[in-house]
Amino acid sequence: MLAWTIYVSFLAAAVLLLLPENSARLARMIALIAATAGLLIVLETLATHHSGELISVAHIPWIPSLGITYHLASDGISMVLLLLTGIVAVAGILFSWNVEHRTREFFALYLALIGGVYGVFLSFDLFLLFVFYEIAIIPKYFLIAIWGSTRKEYGAMKLALYSFVGSAMVLIGIVAAYVVAGSRTTSLEELARFPFPVHFQMWAFPLVFVGFAILAGLWPFHTWAPTGHVAAPTGASMLLAGVVMKLGAYGCLRVAMMLFPLGMDPWGFHILFLNSWRDVFALLAVIGIVYGAMVALVQEDFKFVIGYSSVSHMGFVLLGLMTLNRIGLDGAILQMFSHGVIGGLLFAVVGRMVYDRTHTRDLAALEKLHLSKVIPFAAVTFVIASMASIGLPGFSGFVAELQILIGAWRAFPTAALLAGIGLAVGFAYTWRVMQKAFFGSSALAGDSALAGDSVLAAPAVHTPPPPITLPERVGAILLLGASLAVGLYPQMLLNLIIPALNSPLFEGLRKASWQ
Amino acid sequence: MTGTSYRELLLLALPQTVVVLAGLIALALDLSLFRNSTNRVRFSAGAAIACAGSLAAGCCILLSQTHGAIQTFQNGMLLSNPLTHLIQIALLLLAVLTILLSIDSTFTDHIGEYILLILLATAGMMFLVSTEDLLLIFVSLELLSLCLYVLTGFNKHSVHSAEAALKYFLFGGMSAAFLLFGFSYLYGLSGSTNLVRIAAATEGSVMDPLLMVAIVMTVTGFGFKVAAVPFHLWSPDAYEGAPAPAAAFIASASKVASFFIFAQVMVLGFAGTAGNAGWNVRAPGWAPLVAVVAALSLVLGNVAALAQKSVKRLLAYSAIAHAGYMLLAIVSHTQQSIAALLYYVLTYALTTIGAFGVVAVVEHQTGGDKLSDFAGLSRRAPLPSMCMLVFLLSLAGIPPLAGFFGKFYLFSAALAGTTASLSLLWLVILAVAMSAVSLYYYLQVLKRIYVEQPPADAAPIQISILSQIVLCLIAAIIILLGCAPNLLLRLIQNALNAIIA
Repeated sequence: MLAWTIYVSFLAAAVLLLLPENSARLARMIALIAATAGLLIVLETLATHHSGELISVAHIPWIPSLGITYHLASDGISMVLLLLTGIVAVAGILFSWNVEHRTREFFALYLALIGGVYGVFLSFDLFLLFVFYEIAIIPKYFLIAIWGSTRKEYGAMKLALYSFVGSAMVLIGIVAAYVVAGSRTTSLEELARFPFPVHFQMWAFPLVFVGFAILAGLWPFHTWAPTGHVAAPTGASMLLAGVVMKLGAYGCLRVAMMLFPLGMDPWGFHILFLNSWRDVFALLAVIGIVYGAMVALVQEDFKFVIGYSSVSHMGFVLLGLMTLNRIGLDGAILQMFSHGVIGGLLFAVVGRMVYDRTHTRDLAALEKLHLSKVIPFAAVTFVIASMASIGLPGFSGFVAELQILIGAWRAFPTAALLAGIGLAVGFAYTWRVMQKAFFGSSALAGDSALAGDSVLAAPAVHTPPPPITLPERVGAILLLGASLAVGLYPQMLLNLIIPALNSPLFEGLRKASWQ
Repeated sequence: MTGTSYRELLLLALPQTVVVLAGLIALALDLSLFRNSTNRVRFSAGAAIACAGSLAAGCCILLSQTHGAIQTFQNGMLLSNPLTHLIQIALLLLAVLTILLSIDSTFTDHIGEYILLILLATAGMMFLVSTEDLLLIFVSLELLSLCLYVLTGFNKHSVHSAEAALKYFLFGGMSAAFLLFGFSYLYGLSGSTNLVRIAAATEGSVMDPLLMVAIVMTVTGFGFKVAAVPFHLWSPDAYEGAPAPAAAFIASASKVASFFIFAQVMVLGFAGTAGNAGWNVRAPGWAPLVAVVAALSLVLGNVAALAQKSVKRLLAYSAIAHAGYMLLAIVSHTQQSIAALLYYVLTYALTTIGAFGVVAVVEHQTGGDKLSDFAGLSRRAPLPSMCMLVFLLSLAGIPPLAGFFGKFYLFSAALAGTTASLSLLWLVILAVAMSAVSLYYYLQVLKRIYVEQPPADAAPIQISILSQIVLCLIAAIIILLGCAPNLLLRLIQNALNAIIA
């Protein structure tokens, strides 16, 4: 049943391409139905399998002579991310309801991307996982290059090339792992049992980890993320921040860490204070947290603030992974979910609710528009979402980041402190952007005509923007509800995650460096 | 040697004979019966005859496969085994596709001759892949090459076409000289023209200077044929100047035949003198030499393609890069990597023929093949644009298309090696890194097609139904082979197993 999440997405994408040129309404409906169907399938599976056990969905030989199987399965970690994908996919379509330019192609590519993402989270065969991972690259490129805004072709190409370079590194790693394991199988379960030599894991782990982490926004390979997010149309930036960055983090855990746990062992010598690849990546993750927050603090473009905040929040995921203790890993997976819904919502507010109405994202210009009066729903949504984002108790962000910090405190106390600073800066930039974008001081409001750079802001001042539409409201409530539900009752997801981390799949990881 | 049995010879060479006869019939009918018809009718008639001939030849091959799998004539002068059958059928298919895609073209009035040349070249290739004898290799290579020179210069109205043909001819002539020179040394060293006997006679004598000369000359000669760096200089000009269908034929079918025979000569003829190109187990021989050629082709082909403005030139440089990938398989020369090479070259040939087919359509309508001529193509010709998307992404190695599985299989086979596993890691890393570069220039073309707006005065492009069907068919095959690689892979592996057993 779960496999139909993939098939429905791809089938709907194919159907959309066959529609006549000017059938925007129909295209939207089909896309919404397909995405909702995906979400319902995931929910239906969750209703019957809520203890995080491994569910095998499909297991048939694909290329027998190479030992490649078409093996779709799902454990608790996959289920969490499948749920996230379902929610963000539906919300993204609701927030893309106003796409009028080449509508059917937009939704076809959108659904193809979703199908690829579902596929990655469901693959239990290394080859299959890589196939789906690469399928996701091309739709991203076209979504940004055709429907994007600011420097869209640059952003799209940068994103595509970064992704492809990352997946090239991954490809080298997995081909080598396949060959070292005797060229007999690409099954993740069997490879996880195979004792790869330590010297092999020592180079394969960083290669594959970095390859995936590029997509997760690991500093200093994060630069695609702000430009890509900013250039992307709303629906696509929601997907990018919401699920595509999670593909990277998921790959880090599912492939790099699960197959090559010994790669995180100490080298036996020190470079500065670094003693293993684990230290190196924890350091990079912390730099990402602090750097992303600092840069977000000084941005003048509303969307860039959210773009850099994504880098910062994904730093928490990577830091959580590198703690290698139970609570840190739990937190990392929760944070993937949490940032997926909240980051998606923030991009939706910026891109759809604000930018599509005011046609500016310049904070100085927005300050004069008094948006909290003009579009109160957007202001309220943004305030709640940013509170969730900075970790207000009651929302998912709090549970996730708290667990990561506890885990990090046990593993790397200094890093935990630095990450704490990142949190504080996160509070500052969120406050600043909220203030500027929605609660501009009324003294400035009258001056807009005098301002020299008000070309962009001018149209919005004279005509009041259209009110928030129903799809936007539904989408916002869906995402906020998900974050709130997990924040209030995190056990719902932890019940899925913990058995998965205890499964035999992660035995190598547990043995190697579990604390 | 005993007396020659002409009956046996004729039976073995029956498919080639049928192809040549079909070509001659097409020429004769075109010059007599259809003399006063329109070009369109003449092309259709010629194509019909060529297809019928190829079909008949294909049937001959399939029939001979059913009784008596492996046959040789005069110690490998002419072979017939499952592998040659597979490659010959593929070559016939590629020739038919080329002819079908050229029906719309208007570059020539000499239609009978055009069809005859393609079929003669096909016959040459079919001989080329079914022999283990230096003499026949050389003769059939020349038959193939001469046809291709003429095809390149077939557009009499274009000075570029003539220039390209001249350049191709001069380079090709040189390469033939190199090859013949190398072959003569091989004959001198071993006293035989048979590859297996040569291998037996030269085994273990890598450091023999004469053998070294022979190896270098042979690699040089074949390097020209497959357009590997530094012997690639002819190919961008030839691809750009030649009529698009002729370029498609050079880039596809002739690539298949050349790579097959290159691998055959290296693996069979220089069996004992391969050496090793691994970073940890270096040993002198031809493998390090080919490895260097492969590395150069990978780098130069991919990097030079970045700067191209003409799509045909871009495809030419991409062909050089792909030659690099395929040479990688020859360097590792295990049974798996030869299977990977065959899978790669067959799917690559199909993809290229499709890509040139789309270029031909655009060139026919807009009069050029510059990147700017592709602007907004998706609005003017949705179906060919979709096909082009499939072809270019397959060339870039994006799943679920055939090119991706080809790359995966090739890299894993090359890494597995025979002596020390992972010894070719350096070359595989280079190849994967360069394939990341390649995405940029393929996306440049796709960006023009899908992202940019068509020029204001652009009318929808008229494409004949036949071309659309052929292009869609090729795209469908590429998607199918990407989703179910086993369909082709099983055939190749079975054929290889049969001849090795």
